[in-house]
Amino acid sequence: MRGRTGEDERVRANTREAAGIRRAGEHALLVETGSLRLSHRLDGLLRDRRPPEVTEIVPGPETLLVVAPGGDLDRLGALLAELAAEARARPDDDAGGDAETVVIPVVYDGADLAEVAELAGLTVAEVIARHTASELVVGWLGFAPGFAYLTGLDPALHVPRLPTPRTCVPPGSVAVAGPYTAVYPSASPGGWRLIGRTELRVWDPAADPPSPLRPGTRVRFEAA
Amino acid sequence: MSEIRGVVEVVVPGPYATVQDLGRPGYAHLGVPRSGAADAPALRLANRLVGNPEGHAGVEFTFGGAVLRFSCGAWIAVTGAPCPVEVGDGDRWRPAGMCAPVWVPAGHRVRIGMPWRGLRTYLAVRGGIAVEPVLGSRASDSLSGLGPAPLAAGSVLPIGRDGPLGPIAVDQVPPRPVPEEPVLRVLPGPRDDWFAPEALAALCAGPYTVSPDSNRVGVRLRGAALRRARRGELPSEGMVGGAIQVPPDGLPIVFLADHPPTGGYPVIGVVASADLPVVAQLRPGDRVRFTLGGRRTRITR
Repeated sequence: MRGRTGEDERVRANTREAAGIRRAGEHALLVETGSLRLSHRLDGLLRDRRPPEVTEIVPGPETLLVVAPGGDLDRLGALLAELAAEARARPDDDAGGDAETVVIPVVYDGADLAEVAELAGLTVAEVIARHTASELVVGWLGFAPGFAYLTGLDPALHVPRLPTPRTCVPPGSVAVAGPYTAVYPSASPGGWRLIGRTELRVWDPAADPPSPLRPGTRVRFEAA
Repeated sequence: MSEIRGVVEVVVPGPYATVQDLGRPGYAHLGVPRSGAADAPALRLANRLVGNPEGHAGVEFTFGGAVLRFSCGAWIAVTGAPCPVEVGDGDRWRPAGMCAPVWVPAGHRVRIGMPWRGLRTYLAVRGGIAVEPVLGSRASDSLSGLGPAPLAAGSVLPIGRDGPLGPIAVDQVPPRPVPEEPVLRVLPGPRDDWFAPEALAALCAGPYTVSPDSNRVGVRLRGAALRRARRGELPSEGMVGGAIQVPPDGLPIVFLADHPPTGGYPVIGVVASADLPVVAQLRPGDRVRFTLGGRRTRITR
């Protein structure tokens, strides 16, 4: 009986592995999607067919973590393998995610705006034009509640972080670092370069949902 | 719980005390840690002892050392790291038991001593601590700052109304022992393949010592460094409680309640959920061991 169970487990483990699904402890599976686009698609498909025991679905740049305390991970693994196959079969131009675009009005007067222009070899006006022209998608949230890593930033605006992070960045600050841009949801330390600020609240714990931005949300900045 | 029956006034908070419940699950994709009691079974037990639902908010003490004053008569229960508990009026203190419902008359104080063993002691009060919830939870999250601030001298905590609570049905329960050198069961992965083949064996070989910079985010360990097989950076990915994350210095960190929802260091293994309360009770200088063996059979069947 015991040997049989062990063999079944090996078969299941091999099936999961073939689908790029790893165990993350007793209560979670980590799906290797290999791309953010696929993480978002799988996130969307799973949210539509969410088993009741699933408490968290967390997309990452190349993964999707699914937490299901007390759930049957074999059945969950089978569902994820099926949905991952479905997500992979979708055409490439179907980004998944939300159809609606969140427009964020920005006053471009950030403390680092001139320096970003210099690093990018552009004028300030060109920086603003490229920032507002970028079609952005929320990759994932992390660092702080409501801090959304926005992907799709114009490559000309990819600048390094500050060598020394600020101890306090005001909420609503619009910033760039590496391939990402973001809005600081609350006051926090931060090493991203500040190019502007918005009045739009991207984090309000009293609101439902507390953030208009979730993984897959499309975002556009607009000069206010 | 909108009505308030009375208040608990914090006279002395001890080294670090916070309001905790079972946290705010369901928001990890928005960057919100789960938070909640680090030793969740201890808080659940304290709540059951006073007839509360298990998820009511109580107080989590770190290294005890606290004095609380109750404005109204209240049933309390103290669980977790074993320590002296006394109830007093003026200069007269009488000992009260742990893991038992204790009546505190109006105006009396409760003294939570330094634990003999373990780190975190919990106090539940019948009716619950009724501070304003944030995202459905009253937990104080040390990483994100969500929820009430850590307790300070003079902090006032409202006690919820008795309401539809259960009866106080048990006089005392046996305390859960706090092992001297615990052995934590580990389920390998999800990123054990990022490490040298001998790394898991190294993790399970020697004892590790708990570092003083451990907190509610994670328990940092000193001991054998775990060698990586791969260079480069892991793209940030979702993290679970109990994850053993290994930064470039090779020294493992076991994630506790306030761990970040995503992280970029590879996780060599995850501590069995039944052993997480043991991790929450480790104090700086304690020794701990690991052994392979998540509860596979229970999971697969």
